[in-house]
Amino acid sequence: MTHPAAVLRAPSRRRNLRRPWIGWLFIAPFGAIFLVFLVAPLAYAFYLSLFSKGLATGTIFAGAGNYIKAFTDPEFLSGIWFVIRFAVILIPIQMAVSLAAALVLDALTTRLSRFARLAIFVPYAIPAVVGTLMWGFLYSPTFGPLTDLFKVVNQSAPEILSSGNIFGGLLNIVVWQWAGYYMIIIYAALRGIDPSIYEAARIDGATPRQIALRIKVPMISSAMALILVFALIGTLQFFTEPQVLRPISNGSITSSFTPNIYAFDLAFRFSQFNYASTISFSLGIVVFIAVYIFLFASRKRRGGLS
Amino acid sequence: MTTITSPIKVRKKPNVAAHVFLVILIVYFLLPLWWLFVASTKDPQGLFTGTGGALWFDKNFNLLANIQELVTYKGGLYFRWLGNSALYSLLGGVGATVLAVLAGYGFAKFAFKGRDFSFAILLGSVMVPLTALVIPTFMLMSQLHLTNTIWAVILPSLLSPFGVYLMRVYAADAVPDELLDAARVDGSGELRTFFTVALPLMRPAVVTVLLLSVVGTWNNYFLPLAVLSDQNLYPVTVGLGGWQALAASNNGGGTSLYTLIVVGSLISIIPLVIAFLSLQKYWQGGLSLGALK
Repeated sequence: MTHPAAVLRAPSRRRNLRRPWIGWLFIAPFGAIFLVFLVAPLAYAFYLSLFSKGLATGTIFAGAGNYIKAFTDPEFLSGIWFVIRFAVILIPIQMAVSLAAALVLDALTTRLSRFARLAIFVPYAIPAVVGTLMWGFLYSPTFGPLTDLFKVVNQSAPEILSSGNIFGGLLNIVVWQWAGYYMIIIYAALRGIDPSIYEAARIDGATPRQIALRIKVPMISSAMALILVFALIGTLQFFTEPQVLRPISNGSITSSFTPNIYAFDLAFRFSQFNYASTISFSLGIVVFIAVYIFLFASRKRRGGLS
Repeated sequence: MTTITSPIKVRKKPNVAAHVFLVILIVYFLLPLWWLFVASTKDPQGLFTGTGGALWFDKNFNLLANIQELVTYKGGLYFRWLGNSALYSLLGGVGATVLAVLAGYGFAKFAFKGRDFSFAILLGSVMVPLTALVIPTFMLMSQLHLTNTIWAVILPSLLSPFGVYLMRVYAADAVPDELLDAARVDGSGELRTFFTVALPLMRPAVVTVLLLSVVGTWNNYFLPLAVLSDQNLYPVTVGLGGWQALAASNNGGGTSLYTLIVVGSLISIIPLVIAFLSLQKYWQGGLSLGALK
């Protein structure tokens, strides 16, 4: 063991530098999983994407061929286009719902508000598959309440799963599933603000609304940035909800509805593993670049993630 | 005076608009669950043409019979799925948490060559969509003949870069260097210092990361859907999704499957909902960890 006197002379950081392997030992188990289940699949996907396999030709080196094919493939591009549109519309709605709920919950300490906090959060604990199944039933004209509801006003219920309405149907499911999780993140950030700031603002004559919009919202901007990144990453890799609704959607969810569904179908229905790898890898790159641009842009204004 | 503990309470009048807003939110977020509970009590006939409509009970209360049918259907296949989900999420969640705690502590409390670089890589990997890895992971696994085994689900679930990030952020603040140094001076080895000094201080973050990774694995659908083909190995998400597709493809014949799906969905959400309700005080603070930095 190190002599106490030596410790007193050298600060702990420097002492640890002399035994660099200890830090690595703590990181090693995770590092191994990281290499095997993140780096290796990415590398393997990239490797596979460089080849193409045909019945007549066998496996041949294709170079960038698969990527040229992917980024000119209308099915892949329509999937990318769909998830981008979905993200652009979903994220503001979701942020507004979760921010409004968090601000109201932060301002109240009634029994109702405590119950509301749990009720809003509960969908997060429910698997996306089950959440989607429930909404699928609720949307259905045979199982759901819509038929009865619209009978009151002498209208026939809308087919939410039809190709014209499916966008909104999916939007609702995702907002329902995730708004509570985001609300809790914002709520906890609000609770972390020193209340004496509000006191000072009130003495200066600020109204509750001004306190909410001018003080609370700016002070939780890093929580909002985190949520935005989560929502962006989650939406671009959209898979579970449309995949579960697919059997009951009467064809309005196609096999290239989102990039992940397309990759899944290419791999498991058509056994085009090389092209499926290309789609997966391309999706990864698109998401990475999108998030990176966002973080870079927001870091210019403040210190973003980390 | 309540103002000392919570200055927000100064406004004495109960805010009607805010409470109406909350009631609307409660109805919206609980409506599907209410439907699920009501629907679980109906027989196949009542599910389609219940006397009370979609959101109220039918004249026949059939919950116990539905559960009984679920227990016997295909030799209790559903409960096998439930067991699989529990196994995958416990092993995957506990494993991911252990790795994240160790790595987060290593990043936060040791200075070593390449630390900043590897942490930058880790942060970058938080941005990689994990589902983009599913198909490559499947192909890698099939090379190793690991597909269609429980390991094909559990091992990839151990990967949680965000968990490591959370633990690092938390450990950096919650575990004072002086305390670690004092333990070292007293002759405690690094492992013992970790277990007796650091770990107890990191407990709130450990519970949060554990909960997040258990939920993540329990709710996972894409990965098990891709790597498993044996029905007996399915987690409950893949099983229910499969029943839904089956019920939709043969209308009529699938009628009774719908009651199984509904009551199966209800049972499958109970464990996690209870876990969240009973562990409230841990995750409510912990979930915001990443956001505060």
